[in-house]
Amino acid sequence: MRRVSLLSAACALALSGAAFLSAAPVRADDAITIVIKDHKFEPAEVKVPANKRVTLLVDNQDATSEEFESGEMKVEKIVGGRKQIKVMVGPLKPGRYPFFGEFHEATAQGAVIAE
Amino acid sequence: MLASLIIVFREVLEAGLIVGIVLAATQGVVGRGRWIALGIVGGIIGSCIIAAFADGISSLFADTGQEMFNATVLLIAVVMLAWHNAWMAQHGRELARDMKAVGHAVRSGEKSLAALAIVIGVAVLREGSEIVLFLTGILASEEGGIATVAAGGLGGVALGALVSVLLYAGLVQIPTRHLFATTTWLLTLLAAGMAATAVNFLAQGGMLNAGGTVLWDSSGILRDNSLIGQALHVLVGYTDRPTEAQLIAYVGVVAGILLLTRWAAGKPPSDRSRVASAAE
Repeated sequence: MRRVSLLSAACALALSGAAFLSAAPVRADDAITIVIKDHKFEPAEVKVPANKRVTLLVDNQDATSEEFESGEMKVEKIVGGRKQIKVMVGPLKPGRYPFFGEFHEATAQGAVIAE
Repeated sequence: MLASLIIVFREVLEAGLIVGIVLAATQGVVGRGRWIALGIVGGIIGSCIIAAFADGISSLFADTGQEMFNATVLLIAVVMLAWHNAWMAQHGRELARDMKAVGHAVRSGEKSLAALAIVIGVAVLREGSEIVLFLTGILASEEGGIATVAAGGLGGVALGALVSVLLYAGLVQIPTRHLFATTTWLLTLLAAGMAATAVNFLAQGGMLNAGGTVLWDSSGILRDNSLIGQALHVLVGYTDRPTEAQLIAYVGVVAGILLLTRWAAGKPPSDRSRVASAAE
């Protein structure tokens, strides 16, 4: 009994944050496509509307997988070879937000410009 | 090959540091090697399965499957760590006294080892699936033959394991009377860091829309994807651009675990120990 109540308490700790979760993810409008080709992003610079949730469609046309990452936009997501993923960013204040591909950092560099 | 080695090394390090802390935290506990090995093996098998279904998982929940999966397994690990610390607070004195006695204390110690095995399993699962996806991607392309992939992969694993062993070796230099408190704190901060990371995945996936303001940017001082920054990220949850929600989760988990352990320590000992001590 005691073990159960300790576990319940630990679970309650984790679930107490659940009060802040939305019922459904916020849906963004049309996605903006970024292609990965030869370990480079095309286009390398993408303009998005500021102060809005935006969906980036990362289309990996290489056979290798990539990890789409941005410290400034606080996103990190893996896309397999010849696969696509949707990455939601924002709302972003106007500015320049670099992103990179962690698996090919030397060449996979880009930026999102919010304006 | 060097680039692959470095990437694999960094992923292995993230899981390896956790294994090192758990090994130090369970120093002297009977059967811990078995449970830790189980966690690692389970994590490796799980990571191959996750990597195989990565595409499918990604498109779940309106393409937020990856975020949901990461947040969920991280929160499971947070609960396991909280429970382990609370359990140790409740039974720690018994265990220390009855360390040599086979039976109730040791057997129920297995439950706390199981919790840590799950924590290790989660860490190995998360990093392992990234490694598998990375390496199979190289194999699928023309860029590297089996030899290159094997060399980079094995080299990265070996180097990551080495650094983790160094962490463990360093931790067990701590005098025994301080080791328990030190590892309890390390496990607490580990849980807090995982909670903050989970919160970021929830925000990324659009499940959490509150508290998104970035509080400060310390990437000028220490970037969280540098080697030291990454180690600190795992060990104490360092992130160079924490959001409000992440800070609240971090502080909340530390406070929550402190309260939970205080409450658990105040609970009376189990029936059998009471009978045993009455019979003495």
